[in-house]
Amino acid sequence: MLLEVNDLKTYFQTDDGIVKAVDGVNFSVEKGKTLGIVGESGSGKSVTCLTIMGLNAKKNTITSGEALFNGENLLTAGSRRLREIRGNDIAMIFQDPMTSLNPVHSIGTQLVEAVQLHQDVSKKSARARSVELLKAVGIPRADRRMDDYPHQFSGGMRQRAMIAMALVNDPDLLIADEPTTALDVTTQAQIVNLMKNLQEEFGSAIIVITHDLGVVAETADDVLVMYAAQVAEQAPVEKLFNRPHHPYTWGLLGSLPRLDADVDRLVQIPGQPPSLLRPPSGCRFHPRCPYVFEKCKTVDPPLVGISDDPSHLQACHLDEETKDREAAKLLATTMAQAS
Amino acid sequence: MLRYLIRRILWAAVLFFVVTLVTYVIFFLVPNDLASKVAGQGSSQAQRARAIHYLGLDRPVYVQYGKFMWRLIKPVPVHVAGVPVFVLPQGDLGRSFVRATPVSTLILSAAPVTASLVFGGVIMWLLIALPVGILSALRPRSLLDRASMTFVLIGISAHPVWIGLIFAYVFGFKLGWFPISNYCDFFNPSTDCGGPVQWAYHMFLPWLTYAILFAALYVRMIRANVMEAMNEDYVRTARAKGAPESRVLRSHVLRNALLPVVTMLGMDIGIGLGGAIFTETIYNLPGLGKLALRAIGDTDLPIVMGVVVFATFAIIIFNLLIDLLYAWIDPRIRLS
Repeated sequence: MLLEVNDLKTYFQTDDGIVKAVDGVNFSVEKGKTLGIVGESGSGKSVTCLTIMGLNAKKNTITSGEALFNGENLLTAGSRRLREIRGNDIAMIFQDPMTSLNPVHSIGTQLVEAVQLHQDVSKKSARARSVELLKAVGIPRADRRMDDYPHQFSGGMRQRAMIAMALVNDPDLLIADEPTTALDVTTQAQIVNLMKNLQEEFGSAIIVITHDLGVVAETADDVLVMYAAQVAEQAPVEKLFNRPHHPYTWGLLGSLPRLDADVDRLVQIPGQPPSLLRPPSGCRFHPRCPYVFEKCKTVDPPLVGISDDPSHLQACHLDEETKDREAAKLLATTMAQAS
Repeated sequence: MLRYLIRRILWAAVLFFVVTLVTYVIFFLVPNDLASKVAGQGSSQAQRARAIHYLGLDRPVYVQYGKFMWRLIKPVPVHVAGVPVFVLPQGDLGRSFVRATPVSTLILSAAPVTASLVFGGVIMWLLIALPVGILSALRPRSLLDRASMTFVLIGISAHPVWIGLIFAYVFGFKLGWFPISNYCDFFNPSTDCGGPVQWAYHMFLPWLTYAILFAALYVRMIRANVMEAMNEDYVRTARAKGAPESRVLRSHVLRNALLPVVTMLGMDIGIGLGGAIFTETIYNLPGLGKLALRAIGDTDLPIVMGVVVFATFAIIIFNLLIDLLYAWIDPRIRLS
């Protein structure tokens, strides 16, 4: 196992109290596989990954649990060791390519910096490696574009440059934090395809954080659905889409916009994501859940495998019969609309 | 680039005319008793009239201004090996009404004093503001941060004249650490004091006085800029690349946070020239500020005009230099 996260908790101390941004998350990523993490804004997706990378502010942050990368716990690793790992073994790309590149350094300078931080090579060979990567991510006339500054690149090209910079040291794991959110739709598709192709070429494992289920369906092998700092459902991708088992997942799938049907309003999950300062009692989704019953309000459902498939984990009190029925109903409407 | 420079220079010329014209007109409106000053206290009516005529003060204001401008910008051919190659403005600022000395002589002897004060002051305020601003941004709410914010409050609130008098009293008079007044020439050790050491020794209190206000403003600005830059996404990217914290700070945070400081510096050197008047007066430094102040008291128009021309020129040149520098250090700026 490349990365194994056990009972990860990240709490932030604020003036109003403790915000439990990640509250007991477990998952693992295999070599060369892709894990998709989906959930609403503020569900703890990004914080989970920043915690693994050790990129949260140290002040007022409490972290517990384990994040074993090749057996080494990143949460207890020293800052020097973490710096060796960051950008070399684990690389990260961010949501907004407009602001994630330094505006005063040329693209080339930033790529060369990434190489030279981890490899003891000359500027010339670092530059050659950088050009190679820019070519690999599909930037035309890469050699000349090296000396351009970020503002001379389009949004899609900047994200390509970010990906090139992340892959320049051949990392084992690439964490992509909403890599397509800030891009327009055609560019999104290009970036998703690019990531898939590069994964085949470089063999990196990928964690892709997104709220776009389309991206998950395209890229992921396994999916983690997060709600209010916890895992609501976890399954291999085709199982999650074919037999979703958590009312929150149903809500997410049901709220996908349809291009084929003429709708006046998009379907949405009623209510607001809960405050992580004072999360709801019992199941955290219960105030917004249409299937809520008494037990949900008091007992926090454990994340357990469904009876006939231990690889499909979910945290919901509903009986499986109802779940299968509702999931089938949801899929039927989706299929009906799709055909 | 060339077009930008030409446009800038044309604008500078327009600005130059406006500033000098306004000064001229204002001065013309001020009631004065120049005649008795020039001709002497016991002079007769006819002598005074002759003096006024001699100075050209009986002409209309536009004629006086025109003559002043013409003396200043009249093209003079420059000969190389006896052949006129190009022309330069004549640059004649006239003679002082009261002292009958050429104004350019007075300006040239006063300008180095003001330049020492301003540039020494700028260096001093940056020496204070950069480390204090950066450190308090890195440790917000720490003891250093709170102390520096107190300094900022005092520095902005207290008037330079008051600060100057307090410094002169405490460090000069009571403790006797520094001289209270007078200027020592940097180059010329022949007079009673001179040379770089004496120069710096005499300038220390003026520099400090001059620097406090700006140091306070810059501490606040640098602190805010650095704190803002620390939260930028590209700083997180740099950390995610595995860059050590020192490199993140130097190459990513400061490079961006200090860009606006360069612009501010260009503007503040201009404002600072005005502030030099206070400091020069308190420490009795024979600079441009003191020269101008005395000339205003004497209604000695040529000297006032000379200082205005010189200061305007200096500010225009500085702003141009700063803009060019800015375009060079910030790749997003293109001069066009």
